[in-house]
Amino acid sequence: MTDNAKPKFAMYWAASCGGCEIAVLNIHEKILDVDANFEVVFWPVAMDAKYKDVEAMEDGSILLTLFNGGIRNDENEHIARLLRRKSQLLVAFGSCACEGCIPGLANLSPAGEIVHTAFNTVSTDNPHGIYPRASFDVPEGEITIPKIFPTLRTLDQVVDVDYYMPGCPPESHQIGAVIDLVVKVLHGEAQLPPKGSVIGAGNSTVCDECTRKRNVKSITSFKRIYDVEIDPELCLLEQGIPCNGPATRSGCNARCVSAGAQCIGCYGPAEGVVDYGARLIAAFASVIDSTDPEEIEAILDGIPDPAGQFYRFNLAGSLLKAGKPAWEKG
Amino acid sequence: MTTDTFEPTIIGFTCNWCSYRAADLAGTARLKYPPNIRLIRLMCSGRLDPTFVFKALSSGADGVMITGCHPGECHYLEQNYKALRRFHLIRRTLKGFGVEPERVKLVWASAAEGAKFASETASFIEEIRSLGPLNWGKSGGGRPTTEDGDSPSSVLRPQSETEEVPA
Amino acid sequence: MTKHNGSKPEVQERIGVYVCHCGTNIAGTVDVAQVAQWAASRLKERGVVIARDYKFMCSSLGQELIEKDIKEQKLTRVVVAACSPHLHERTFRTACARAGLNPFLCEMVSIREQVSWVHTNKEAATIKAQAAVSGGVERVIHHEPLEPMTVPINPATLVVGGGIAGIQAALEIADAGYHVYMVEREPSIGGHMAQFDKTFPTLDCAACILTPKMVDVGGHPNVTLLTWSEVEKVEGYVGSFNVTIRNKARHVKTDLCTGCGICQEKCPKKVVDEVYEAGLGYRKAIYTPFPQAVPKFPVMDVDNCIYFEKGTCKACEKFCPTNAIDFTQQDEVINIEVGNIILATGYDIFDARRVSHYGYGRLANVFTSLEMERLTNAAGPTNGQIVLRDGKTTPKAVGIIHCVGSRDRNFNNHCSVICCMQSLKFAHMVHERTGAIVYNFYIDMRTPFKDYDEFYQRVLEEGTLFVRGKVAEVTDAARLPGEEGKLIVQVEDTLAGKQRRIPVDMVILSVGLEPRKDSSETAKLFGISCSANGWFIEKHPKLDPVATMTEGIYIAGCAQGPKDIPASVSQGAAAAARVLGKIQQKEMALEPIRASVIEEKCSGCRICNDLCPFNAISFHEDTMVSEVNAALCQGCGTCVAACPAGAIYGTGFNNEQVLAQIEGLLLLNIGEEAVPA
Repeated sequence: MTDNAKPKFAMYWAASCGGCEIAVLNIHEKILDVDANFEVVFWPVAMDAKYKDVEAMEDGSILLTLFNGGIRNDENEHIARLLRRKSQLLVAFGSCACEGCIPGLANLSPAGEIVHTAFNTVSTDNPHGIYPRASFDVPEGEITIPKIFPTLRTLDQVVDVDYYMPGCPPESHQIGAVIDLVVKVLHGEAQLPPKGSVIGAGNSTVCDECTRKRNVKSITSFKRIYDVEIDPELCLLEQGIPCNGPATRSGCNARCVSAGAQCIGCYGPAEGVVDYGARLIAAFASVIDSTDPEEIEAILDGIPDPAGQFYRFNLAGSLLKAGKPAWEKG
Repeated sequence: MTTDTFEPTIIGFTCNWCSYRAADLAGTARLKYPPNIRLIRLMCSGRLDPTFVFKALSSGADGVMITGCHPGECHYLEQNYKALRRFHLIRRTLKGFGVEPERVKLVWASAAEGAKFASETASFIEEIRSLGPLNWGKSGGGRPTTEDGDSPSSVLRPQSETEEVPA
Repeated sequence: MTKHNGSKPEVQERIGVYVCHCGTNIAGTVDVAQVAQWAASRLKERGVVIARDYKFMCSSLGQELIEKDIKEQKLTRVVVAACSPHLHERTFRTACARAGLNPFLCEMVSIREQVSWVHTNKEAATIKAQAAVSGGVERVIHHEPLEPMTVPINPATLVVGGGIAGIQAALEIADAGYHVYMVEREPSIGGHMAQFDKTFPTLDCAACILTPKMVDVGGHPNVTLLTWSEVEKVEGYVGSFNVTIRNKARHVKTDLCTGCGICQEKCPKKVVDEVYEAGLGYRKAIYTPFPQAVPKFPVMDVDNCIYFEKGTCKACEKFCPTNAIDFTQQDEVINIEVGNIILATGYDIFDARRVSHYGYGRLANVFTSLEMERLTNAAGPTNGQIVLRDGKTTPKAVGIIHCVGSRDRNFNNHCSVICCMQSLKFAHMVHERTGAIVYNFYIDMRTPFKDYDEFYQRVLEEGTLFVRGKVAEVTDAARLPGEEGKLIVQVEDTLAGKQRRIPVDMVILSVGLEPRKDSSETAKLFGISCSANGWFIEKHPKLDPVATMTEGIYIAGCAQGPKDIPASVSQGAAAAARVLGKIQQKEMALEPIRASVIEEKCSGCRICNDLCPFNAISFHEDTMVSEVNAALCQGCGTCVAACPAGAIYGTGFNNEQVLAQIEGLLLLNIGEEAVPA
């Protein structure tokens, strides 16, 4: 990869699980298009690279960076700012970078509690109660580890983002389509969408791609999917299953609902929506079939963890961004 | 905000037909209540989008009062029941966020109930005063500040967070 | 995902802010000059190019000030901080329109009713007023020009219910030259009034004053009378309703029937008439409910007809001189187009059996007021003889109990309005026709309106005895001498302060009026609201008593609440006047505050489909998207808030406007140092 005429490509993972990288590899032969059209200059999962090499690059010298993961520690933030500076196009790639995703759920707890849970609960094998330290002096000098922030932030809460590509992870066919698009743009055959656009996803919600039969809705109870025998043809929400599909951006081909499981919302909110969870709260509550406060409460008992139900992927990107304990105690 | 006394700020959502008129009537009757509430007029409590509640709380409000016509008296027949159900689910969700659900209150007030509007508003302001400030929108784009220094994670925290964080 | 980082985009609008003193009403508590100066400086970067305070913004000079600024300063938005928008929103919108600015680009914020009149601390009130202005400015940035939508008004009108209220409404409109469809579910129009004998307080014969009007309706060239019919479906909106009506099979060909009555005479099957005769008399299996029925055509009661039961008989067919009987006739479903609808669906009588301690249904000589109407009616089962259940004995003592089922928290809280006068009427008639002693047991006497109290005085003078107290029980269990074979009314005489047992031969229960049992279904069918107990709800209880919240649907008579005949007639006429007003306008403008579905965003999840009580939302199976009918939409915004995809847009109260207003309102807090101008 020494062809300097090719535009430069980078991919980075911050607070994420690595599933986004797997999804990129899952595009099979199309990965060769990436190699054919780009010079991959930085991709820690796939190739060896040093931060200082990136720091040494000229600003704006990378054409395209796919950034996955949220910003949980100062290393994440440092690289986010670095790649922003060095990249012409920065794409928030995957749900973590776009809206916080599962790591963002940690925003419901104070950072201290998270560390405590990791290093000192019954399920942890840490007999000496050793906690990591931010810096440690060794004969060779001081070594440091990244410092954790009180909350996880989405990429665009830290730096300016050009495009968003949602999904946990983004579907491979969508990644393939985006690569096709970028290659076409490189060859002058297509134009980039306006800055701030969501790419690699649909404009409507999951129901648009769902083939289940839909009727007027009236919910008398919420159920877990394993508690009932599911009608394979009928809308899950109508069967009392809290399916997030109505509020979740389309683009996944209704993958979970087709397989018989409810949508949990990884593609995030639809176009223009300010708060994903609020859409679901409003929608679900609107179609509950009761006017009696006590009965309403009893029906809502069927959603035992509303924050998790409505904000599983969107908590860090929501209006509230975090739970009260997280920002109160840090 | 002065440091010695906490003056809560509350956003109140009113419906065009009943509760906004109740607020008008409270004024016409020169009833007094503390100035801590600011009202927004919607056509109906059924327009109450939970987004509005979260927006208010995350932008600096310490409490949100949702008001509408009494059950059975909705100008749009039954839309206030939708507000009622959303209210219950909003409170449960806030609880999941560790926010006191009491920061959101639902009040039914007919166009004739200026006195009820004034007294419910006054008592809600006191309830929020006793809950203390929420301070959500005041820490800069949702990036929480850190002050205490002895929790197990303190060593992991950056020494300063002075960089500017975009909202 | 946040689409906009950092600071807000630059505001392109040119906004004028106008702060009203309202004399000292606002200026006494709010430092209005400070508010204006603050807006001019602090909100400059939010697009405020001019901010003024003025003594009376609503005065013509105040309005001219705004108009001049719009023209000279090229304002694109206006914020007026003054009184409640319910008072002067129209004023300022009109002023903007005069200056060439779309009226919906003006926003009013209330700093009088919601600030100066309810707060005392000037500093805090001033900050709140500033916050309100800031909210208004942020909101108005997101306003968009709106145009009212005009719809044509079909001049035909549907009147549902052929009682006196509906009859009056229909005649007013028909006489004015417009077509009326009258739908009545019974075989004849006339309603409850046709069952009455005399009407209080004048004692005119009900039939004598009602039947000419019934005949007028029946023969009116502008009236299509659809009796034995019910409305099944209502679609559309003000100006163009499409109504589906089921015309039930009469089994009589109305084009051949002459109404001669031979079929009724020859029909061998007698049926207790529970409706018109209140169970006191009989009718045949083919019948007209009463001799003066309009239309004159009988209906066949197939549940009781021997032919339908056993397959033989057909006496009516044999004797009908015009071959008008048709045993195979089917229901007919018809569709009509109307511009307005008047609902005059009336009331039900309270079921006296529910007050079991008054013995109705158990003690033979306890009658209801409706039975009494039939007993006193010369055309009734006893030819107007007031007699006991045995059909011959004239009572010597009669007790009339008021408020049966009314003003009683066990049954209905409401006062049925007509019972006091109806009881006085019966007292008079019993006295006049039998010479019996009459006791009236009342809680309170309510005799307002013209000549009512005079009638009360007259009945008092006639010697009717009035006992103030709620009757505890009516019983036939004799305890004291003289009670044997009598009905004993046990009552606390609250004026005398003692318990009394009064033996009588006959008890009349003055039963109350209740909403129709199916009134909530009727309300749903027509998209109007009814109270929890079932009365239709008017648009305004005082100022708009016959309109409803649904444009084009009006209410009249007892369907709206208990009332007497003069009030029902007044409401019928009032509803007709409202409809005629609409017809005269030929078209009407609808408020532009309404919802619409953004088709590309709609996933067809159908969450919204059942949320609209006005049936404005429909689902297209072919394209799998929902649609809001703009003319049916009343603008509440419930579907806008409920759409999980954010695919429903609500004008006038869109998300951006409300969210921006929230931010604006929270710009300042109490105790915060207001930035000096």
